[in-house]
This record gives sequence, structure tokens and C-alpha cells, in this order.
Amino acid sequence: MSTTKVPTKVPLWRDDRFWKITFQILAIITVLVIADFFLFNLRLNMAKRGSLFGFDFLGSQASFDIGEYLIPFQSQDAYGRAFLVGVLNSLKVMIIGVILTTILGVSVGIARFSNNWLVQKTVSTYVDLFRNTPILLQLLFWYFAVFSNLPKIENQIAVLGSFYISNRGLALPWLGDSPTAWSSLLGLIALAIAAFFVWQQRIKIMVEQGASGQNLLLVLLGMGVVALILFIFGLQWTFPVFTAGNKLNGGLSLSAEYCSLLLGLVFYTGAFVSEIVRAGIQSVAKGQWEAAKALGLNSGILMRLVIFPQALRVMIPPLTSEYLNLCKNSSLAIAIAYPDVYAVSSTILNQTGRAIEIVLMIMATYLLINLIIALAMNFLNSSVQIKER
Amino acid sequence: MRKNHLLLAIVPIFASLAACSATVNTTTPAGTAASPGGKDAASAPGKSRLDTVISRGKLTCGVSGDLPGFSFVDQTGKYSGLDVDFCRALAAALFNDPEKVEYRNLTSKERFEVLKAGDVDLLSRNSTWTTGRDTGLGLEFVATMFYDGQGMMVNKTAGITKLEDLAGKSVCVETGTTTELNLADQMRKLNIDYKPLVFENGDATYAAYAQGRCEGVTSDRSQLAGRRTTLPKPEDHQVLEVVMSKEPLAPVVVNNDSRWADVVKWTVFTLTNADELGITAANVDEKLKSTDPVIKRFLGVEGTLGKDMGLPNDFTVKIIKAVGNYGEVYERNVGTGSKINLPRGINKLWNDGGLMYSPPFR
Repeated sequence: MSTTKVPTKVPLWRDDRFWKITFQILAIITVLVIADFFLFNLRLNMAKRGSLFGFDFLGSQASFDIGEYLIPFQSQDAYGRAFLVGVLNSLKVMIIGVILTTILGVSVGIARFSNNWLVQKTVSTYVDLFRNTPILLQLLFWYFAVFSNLPKIENQIAVLGSFYISNRGLALPWLGDSPTAWSSLLGLIALAIAAFFVWQQRIKIMVEQGASGQNLLLVLLGMGVVALILFIFGLQWTFPVFTAGNKLNGGLSLSAEYCSLLLGLVFYTGAFVSEIVRAGIQSVAKGQWEAAKALGLNSGILMRLVIFPQALRVMIPPLTSEYLNLCKNSSLAIAIAYPDVYAVSSTILNQTGRAIEIVLMIMATYLLINLIIALAMNFLNSSVQIKER
Repeated sequence: MRKNHLLLAIVPIFASLAACSATVNTTTPAGTAASPGGKDAASAPGKSRLDTVISRGKLTCGVSGDLPGFSFVDQTGKYSGLDVDFCRALAAALFNDPEKVEYRNLTSKERFEVLKAGDVDLLSRNSTWTTGRDTGLGLEFVATMFYDGQGMMVNKTAGITKLEDLAGKSVCVETGTTTELNLADQMRKLNIDYKPLVFENGDATYAAYAQGRCEGVTSDRSQLAGRRTTLPKPEDHQVLEVVMSKEPLAPVVVNNDSRWADVVKWTVFTLTNADELGITAANVDEKLKSTDPVIKRFLGVEGTLGKDMGLPNDFTVKIIKAVGNYGEVYERNVGTGSKINLPRGINKLWNDGGLMYSPPFR
């Protein structure tokens, strides 16, 4: 006596899988049709107006000058090179901006928890002020209210005889540009990495073997002395020297445009980052604080080894967004005459009239930079997650 | 649940059908409004911008809005300037009412795109006539309204009296203009090492110059003269004598619309011709009674010059009554009747040593 029934075949229109697949296909077709409609419209209108799509204009002579450049650029060079100069200028702002924002944001975020009333009030005023005003206004403030009102080049302020401040910008001592300087720099980086590993090893043998760690400490001291010698003599510092006519020789010159853009972006984004840091620290259970204090850890070690690593897991995704915001906000440089990629592309667009190609190039550039940052931060994110069994 | 699936399936099907058919149709309505100067207008006696403007009853003029003397809007919202007066002259010719104009402020970056898209009927925005713009951008420059040249304004207190003194210094310039190119060319020719500061809008450029961030600012000499009046201490600044380039400023329309381009062009020539014949806003009524056949033809008393263009036959009378002749327009906006006080120079009539020359109205 069998009670198992042979399953009857489900008709197609009642089969769940059929509908799921059908809707996915229809969705793809809809997206493709809409995209094709816009592209067709674009081609039709461009043909009507007589414009052609193509990137050959990048080889034509630029015929304009750029205010500051990391690679040599003259007005006879091609548009493609001008675009590259713009990209490098943007990267200069973005990279330094991200580093400084992190430092500022983390310090301010942690300072929020200070027991000192003055520190706490200063920090909360800073955050409220800089978060709630538009970034463009802040940039204009830094440029027109702060940097343009510094003394003119003839009456510039000299700090410690080597740092010069004027309404043109800052002039700092900087590394030389010879093979000795570059190899000293590489040597310093190699020493830093080696010192890190020696330090790890020292901690390890002190913890596992109960050794005194004296020998490795001496090694580290020796490395420190070598690093100091390399730093002072190997890097071949050049100092800014002003000749007649106020021309600058040697040293690093940071223009007022670059400084105001950098400071404006750093202070604005730093306020957001500090709030993210505060959120991260507050997300750590109160029990952790109490347990650490019960163990007798002082507040420095408490923050560094107990609280912050746990806070980091919460902080990294929003922090990624803030870095991406900083990179995109750097396109406001054109309002204060800093030649970043958007400003240079704007000039190219005006001279050639190729709006669509150039906007595509700008979008692709920002997209690429932001995707790289997001990728790196996601990698960092996965590395600080709790590894559960 | 299953009922919803069927309904949901219908939506994307209709969307794709609509999109396919809309592909052909949607471009055309946008096309006719946007480019009556499109290729179809030339081949067939299709719609010209002239017909669109007349049926609309109002002229849409692209101007700058922040340039004293050429197109400037004051705090009450009133527009004034040479370019604005040209728009008013055109409106008077079309509608016998110089106030039937809608002005749109355009930055130097967006002006050509907005014109090409058809959001304005013409540009009267101190735009320089160059080969690249005339041929490569699909635009038509009708006739020069103002012969200008690029110059440099410097801060006298910084001790700069000639271009060579700018070596090692910064020069402020506005983006999107021929100015950047001319500046680069001139400085390269004279081998002067300078630093350009390129700003997005005119106000920021002159603000930076006024604050002393840059020692020089470069633009058309008429613009410099106009902006100088708005600086905090005009006597500290000087427009250098050097002329770095030719900048013929002309109204711009879109390519392939001869009927509209003709109307705009002959409005320019009306102003010049009236100046040549000595007809002013004050004496035009008297001149209507003149027996001189040249004047009779010009003012539409004889002949059909206006009607052949699609305008009322006495359009020249309407223009002169509304804004006066070229000399009056010039003096009122940038000459002795204004703060700018720029001498006419090469903008004088051809028989007076200048370049303003109108073909005969015949």
C-alpha cells in the first residue's frame, strides 16, 4: 500500500523559478533599452550639431599655462599632458588631505572624551562650526580672509629663519634632489621597517623567554643613531632663499591656493571624522573601560590597546565615505584658482568645446581614485574584523 | 501574489516599446525648439528662430550680468550696458517694445553650450569672434559691435609699469576665455616667467586682484576699464597701454539659420549706419520727412528692405527711437556719459579714422 504520490508536473506559469528568471531578464532588457535610448539620442544630437566624438584633441597644443605643476609643463605641451598635470595636482591634495584629516579627526574625536572642560568645549565648538557651514564658503574664507590678508612678499614673516609666510603661500626647507638624498630617504624607510621588526622580536623574547631584551635595545639605539645621521646629513636639506625680485630658490614652496584648499578640506572633513571616531569609541561596551581600569591600565594604554581597536571595527566604513567625500570636494579648487584636474579640464573644455569627452574623462578619473581608496579601506576593514571560529 | 507578477511584467514591456518609439520622436521636438538653426532649416524653408521669437512675443538674450558698461544688473534688477542696449534694439525692431526682452546671466564657461541648446536666442555677451569658435563650435558671429583688445591692469603701488615687470609675479585671469591663451602666447613671446591664477568667475578674479594676491589682472581692455571703477581704490590701478590681442566682440547665433542671423546682423549695421547718417533718437522724426533717397530707404519710407527680412518696414526707426545710434549707445554705456569713459578709438566710424563700417542699406 503505497501512499507516496508521483508529483505532478507544475505548469510553467505557476513555477516560481520561471518567474524569477523571467523578471531578471526583463529587468536587464529594460536597463539596456533605456541606456541605448540615451546613447542613441546622444549620437543623433551630436550629429545634428556637427560635433564628433573622439579623443584625438588630446594631442593638440594646449596654448595655456598652468600655475603650478609637479611635472614640467609649458604652453606648447599637449592637452593630454595638461590633464596629467591636473591629475597630479589633485592627488597632491587628496593624499596629504587624507593623512592630515585622519590625524586631526582622530585627535579631536579622542579629545572629546577628555575630562578637561576647556578642551571639551573647544573641540565641540570646532565640530559644530565646521560641520554646519558649506565647504565652498569655508574654502573662500581660508583663501580670501586668511591667506590673502597675510603680508605681501616684501614684508614676509620668517619663522626660525627658514619658514617663510606671505600672501603667496609658505616656503619650507625641503629635501634635495640628488641621488644621495633619494638613497638616504630609502635608507631611512628601510631602517624604520627593520626597527619595527626588531621591536616586535624584542617584545616577543621578553614575553616568551623572560629575557632582558638589552641586546636588542642596543641594536635599536644603534639604528636610531644611524637614522639621525642620515636625516641630518644624508637628505641634503635645501633652504628657501629669496633673491632680488623675490624669486625663490631652493626649499619647497606651497602656494596659498594649495594651502587654503588643503586646510579648508582638512578642517571640514576632520570635523566629520571626529564625530565618526566619537561614535566608534562610544560603541565600545562600558564594561571594557571598567575592566581595563580594574586591571590598572592607565588611560594611554587603555585607549591604544583596549578601546581603539574595538572602535576601529565600527569606524572604518563611515571613514571610507569621508575620505571619498574629501577627494570629491577637492574639485572645488577652481573657486580659489588651484589648478586641479577639474580646473584644468574646465579650461581644456572651453578651448576645445569637447564637453562630453572631457566630462567622461573627469568622471573616470575621480571614479578610479575613489574605487582604489574604497578597495584599500575594505581590505583594512576585513583585517580588523573579529575572527570568529 | 501571482496576479502582481503578471501586472509587473507588463510595465517593462511597455517601457521598452515606448522607449523605442520615443527614440525617434523625442529628439525632434527638442530639435525644432533647440536648433531651428539645425541642418533641416537650411535645406528646406523650415522654421527659423525668427519665427519662434516673433510667435513667442519676447526675446531671450544671453548676457553676462556682471560687467559694468556691457551688461550689468544693479540691485533693483535693472539691466544696463552696450550688450543690453543691443538686445533692446533687437526687441524694438521685432516687437516695437525695447522692454520685451528676458535676460539670462551666463558665465563664460556655459555661454556657448546654452546658446547651442537653444535656451537663449542669441548671445550679446562680449564674446570674441575667433576662427575656432566660428567654425568648430557650430556658431555664427554676425557683425562686430565693439573692437576691443586684450590688456593688462596692474597695481601701480607695486611698481609695475610694463609687462616685463611681471616677471616672477602672479596674474589673475578668468577661466573659459581667449584671455588665457593670449596671455600665455604674449608671455612666451616676451619670455616672461609668470604664474597664472585661474578663477572660475569674474568676481573672484577681481577680488583676488583687489586684495593683492596677484599683481596683474588681464582681460579685454573695456572689461578692465569697467571693473576698475568697482575696485576699492581705482586710482591705485592702471590699465597698461599694451594691447595683447585683437578682440572683436560680436553677437552670436547658432549656425545654419540665415534668416535669424540676417536680422541680428542688420540690427548692428542699423546702429552704425544711423551714426554715419547723423540720425539720432531726437531727430529721427524730423529725418522721416527728409527728401534724401538714402535716408528714405534706410528709414523704410521707400522700398521694402524691412519687409524682405521679415521685420516691419520701419524697423530702423523703431531701433533708433529705442536706443539711439551707435555713437549714442557707445557714449551712454562706455564713453563720456559713463564712469568708464573709454575713448571711442577704433570704434569710431570708418570716415572718422575708426573701423565701424556698415554696408549700404539698399
